[in-house]
Amino acid sequence: MLKELFTKTKKKKYATIPSETAKQDVPEGIMTKCPNCKKIMYTKELVKTLKVCFHCGYHHQMNSKERIQSFVDSGSFQELNKGMVSGNPLNFPVYEEKLEKDRKKTHLNEAVVTGVAEIGGMGVVVAIMDASFRMGSMGSVVGEKITLAIEKADELKVPFIIFTASGGARMQEGVLSLMQMAKTSVALKRFSDHGGLIISIMTHPTTGGVSASFASLGDYNFAEPGALIGFAGRRIIEQTIREDLPEDFQTAEFLLKHGQLDAVITRQELRDRIISILEIHQPGGSISWQEI
Amino acid sequence: MAGDLEFEKPVIELKKKINELREYTKNTEMDLSSEIEKLEARLEKVEKEIYENIKPWDRVSIARHPERPTTLDYISLLFTDFFECHGDRLFGDDEAIVGGIAKFHGLPITVIGHQRGKDTKENIRRNFGMPHPEGYRKALRLMKQAEKFKRPIICFIDTKGAYPGKAAEERGQSEAIARNLFEMAGLKVPVICIVIGEGGSGGALALGVGNHVHMLENSTYSVISPEGAASILWRDASLAKKAAESMKITAPDLKELGIIDEIISEARGGAHRDVNQQAGEINRVLKASLKELSCLSEEELVDHRYKKYKLIGEYTSLNEYIGVN
Repeated sequence: MLKELFTKTKKKKYATIPSETAKQDVPEGIMTKCPNCKKIMYTKELVKTLKVCFHCGYHHQMNSKERIQSFVDSGSFQELNKGMVSGNPLNFPVYEEKLEKDRKKTHLNEAVVTGVAEIGGMGVVVAIMDASFRMGSMGSVVGEKITLAIEKADELKVPFIIFTASGGARMQEGVLSLMQMAKTSVALKRFSDHGGLIISIMTHPTTGGVSASFASLGDYNFAEPGALIGFAGRRIIEQTIREDLPEDFQTAEFLLKHGQLDAVITRQELRDRIISILEIHQPGGSISWQEI
Repeated sequence: MAGDLEFEKPVIELKKKINELREYTKNTEMDLSSEIEKLEARLEKVEKEIYENIKPWDRVSIARHPERPTTLDYISLLFTDFFECHGDRLFGDDEAIVGGIAKFHGLPITVIGHQRGKDTKENIRRNFGMPHPEGYRKALRLMKQAEKFKRPIICFIDTKGAYPGKAAEERGQSEAIARNLFEMAGLKVPVICIVIGEGGSGGALALGVGNHVHMLENSTYSVISPEGAASILWRDASLAKKAAESMKITAPDLKELGIIDEIISEARGGAHRDVNQQAGEINRVLKASLKELSCLSEEELVDHRYKKYKLIGEYTSLNEYIGVN
């Protein structure tokens, strides 16, 4: 039946060559299969809908570049500390090679991109974690770049917005990674005490040490629909408690129900809703309570 | 009309009669206009008599009216850009309390209130507006957030009481209420509370420690529901009507006792008769309160609240009592 369909088009000759070599000839990424509804769609089309599946609403992972393009005012993003790269403090085997490989693959230097930007004309500092680099894991560089971004927000007296996506602490940097949780939290506490606004937007996946530090410390904690958010992994919990966990365990919706999120916001609505919150937090306008 | 209340019956019957006569004159040649006029005059008199001598129990039934406007009704009429914030960040999201950020005349505020449902389905979701500890902890979280960002807090009170349940006790219902009273005392921003329906006991007070506390004319505020009081005092819940009269639970009573600041008037027959008008009345009072309180410094606001509550309570001393010595 499929063949009949193709007989009418010229594509037949090129489309169905079953050999292994030919498979590799098809450029990667032209089509995307939705892991939720299993439907296949053009990647180009998917990008137009902010990578939200137009069949089932599944939110595909966004990389930092796509996030910046879709979230901040166009042309307003100025990256901070983009040259910072990890060393290998524990001389962990093959760590450097892995970093080098991911740098080539993603064209990123590390798992977070930070910068000064505007959204709806209002100044902000944003940090965007990128799960395509070492699963967004947090080592010294991620911790340092986020801390510097928080300090920048404090200096400029603007809100700090973070998009989290991380497998947790980076194993190859050991306890130094663990301490990045404390470092970023200490910075957020000072910023918060100065009256700074913190907005955390958790995207798929936000787990381990990242969920147990800055991701959960927003004045407003939001998440994208369906995002996996949790501290310990599902398998570890199941093995420990010897029980099956509910289907929606550790999803954004599960967290909302259990009091951990202010709201679950779809990608299409996100920009507008964040703008509305930023407007409410803009420092003193021209009117006062005496004049209403 | 749906949801008519017992004490309004004479008014409703007269109105019905007048309408019948009108219909009748339309369809026949007979002129009954003098009759109608007479009845209308009587209606006016009866209405005045009933609504001006409204009994405490009648107010209870207005306050409990299924169509009485709720917190979310007022939020949508009074504020713009409302953004609801969920969850206590500890255990759950209690939908018996709603809260979030919004703008009032263009300026940022935090608004929190009890939320009951208007039908069975919504009432189950909202637990009939009776919060669990996580509801109060969400409210406190939002109040602390308001304090951080220096915006006034507006609380709408409308609950039969905190939920009396097993889970609520396990999670510390008492602690949650107590914590709110304690922390609200120290908030460095103006806090304005408005009782819009039933103000049931500690569950109401946990959103009620404000610089200004206002009450809608037909709302009630008391230490226990009239039914509860009747069953404790006289072991008979059916004596609720009598309890309602003895306990001083109406807005005029509370005003006299110096507990509330202002009575916000309602449309004849209750707020549900005209929600827009009611929102207008609340708007007027809120504006005045905010103007007054925004002149106070952070310390003055805390002090203002301290003095307000210090003054409540009545007692005398016995001169002849010689003490334990």
